[in-house]
Amino acid sequence: MGERLAIDRIRCDGYGMCAEMFPEGIELDDWGYPILRPGVIPDGLLPFARRAVDVCPVLALRLVDAPAGSPATATRRPGHVESASRS
Amino acid sequence: MTAILETPDRLLTGPSPAAGSESLAAHNVRLGPIPRGGPDLIGVIERSGLLGRGGAGFSVGRKWRSVAERRSGPAVVVANGAEGEPHSSKDRTLMGASPHLVLDGALLAAAAIGADEVIVYVGADHRAAVAAMDRAIAERASTNNVPIRLVEAPVAYISGESSAVVNFINSNDARPTMSPPHPRARGVAGRATLVQNVESLAHAALIARNGEDWYRSAGRGPTSGTALITISGAIALPGVREIDYGTTLAEVVAGAGGATADIQAVLLGGYFGGWAAVDDLRDLSLDPILLADRGLSFGCGLIGLLPVEGCGVWATSRILDYMAGESARQCGPCIFGLGAIAETTRRVAAGGAAPGDLDNLARWARQIVGRGACHHPDGAAGLLQGALSVFAAEFHLHQHDRRCSQPTYAARRLR
Repeated sequence: MGERLAIDRIRCDGYGMCAEMFPEGIELDDWGYPILRPGVIPDGLLPFARRAVDVCPVLALRLVDAPAGSPATATRRPGHVESASRS
Repeated sequence: MTAILETPDRLLTGPSPAAGSESLAAHNVRLGPIPRGGPDLIGVIERSGLLGRGGAGFSVGRKWRSVAERRSGPAVVVANGAEGEPHSSKDRTLMGASPHLVLDGALLAAAAIGADEVIVYVGADHRAAVAAMDRAIAERASTNNVPIRLVEAPVAYISGESSAVVNFINSNDARPTMSPPHPRARGVAGRATLVQNVESLAHAALIARNGEDWYRSAGRGPTSGTALITISGAIALPGVREIDYGTTLAEVVAGAGGATADIQAVLLGGYFGGWAAVDDLRDLSLDPILLADRGLSFGCGLIGLLPVEGCGVWATSRILDYMAGESARQCGPCIFGLGAIAETTRRVAAGGAAPGDLDNLARWARQIVGRGACHHPDGAAGLLQGALSVFAAEFHLHQHDRRCSQPTYAARRLR
């Protein structure tokens, strides 16, 4: 069993600090609201995910248990998740 | 009203909806009194294959079982007749004609899952349905061991969403809440709550009387049973019908007096459903499983016919404007994402497309999915994604030539 991020979408006000702390797992949409990478967060990235949770000014972000077998999220660091494609 | 119906004794085979609502006495003479209920009915409903009629099409039996298997005390049943879907009128028609069938279903659900309260939640603008349900509840007052009360739902698209239903009953606020907890686990007054569409409950009341095999005897394709539909748009006799699942669209159109114009596309399942292109229509079978295989949805049973002299971009823009306006304005991706989608589509429709508008629409439609507390933005995004494909040529014309293939139609809309 691993962990994944969950957002309370009603609480989230789009401060965007989570994406600063954890770009491997969180990108922002055109209005500054987070888009989460699905899946379990690799152990090596958990400290950054925790920091993202901690910096949220409105406590909208939290770590929750992910069911076993969930696909893993990005593993690279440093570097950002792929930017929104403009096909 | 001509129903395209091969199996007798279904939802709309009682007195004509035009005749007013059926009294308790007439209802009991016609169908027999409400059967004794209990937990055994859950298995019967499961085996019948009955699907929910609020739009999502979830198994009714499984939903009942999930509430019945709670560990907490008595549950609550909410009969959901909010019917906020524009153009859909099947729920209000059913409540207006056969309110006691809906109450039977709600009381049988209560007996099956161990609920000690029934709440009938009816869209406040459906006056005839409110009056019929109110009268029917009063007729039952002396015979029920479970109290039934009526709650009028605010007139809004989202007020029928299950967490919004519970939120309104609890707090007078018909906006969705974050899930979990799901209403099934913690709903009305913090108790396990079954929120079930009124048509689903009416079917359950007939299945309790006639058995699962009787229910399964209707339906031509993989999905058993009958369904209420609302047919609207370019059709001679718009309105509510009951069909066997698997009836073809061509048969439904013929049964409703035929189309009043050549048809280019059909909106299936309502604003949470999507557009089907005319090429797909010839043999389209109105069966939830077969529709899902084609990326379409039966949804709430709405069938809207768009004539060839209409514009798919305009029609889609009108729906997206409505959906954006009906956002509960709680979640950023819904407020801003859906707002931008509606604004951009309106600009494209009106011949004022800016460079990159179509690309943005496609990207935003992908991005907002799954990013609200409820599925309101998902519905709008799905509808737009389908429209971009079904009306690809029309969108292309609007984006690159800033014109409409139906200039007189567009001019009329702008006037």
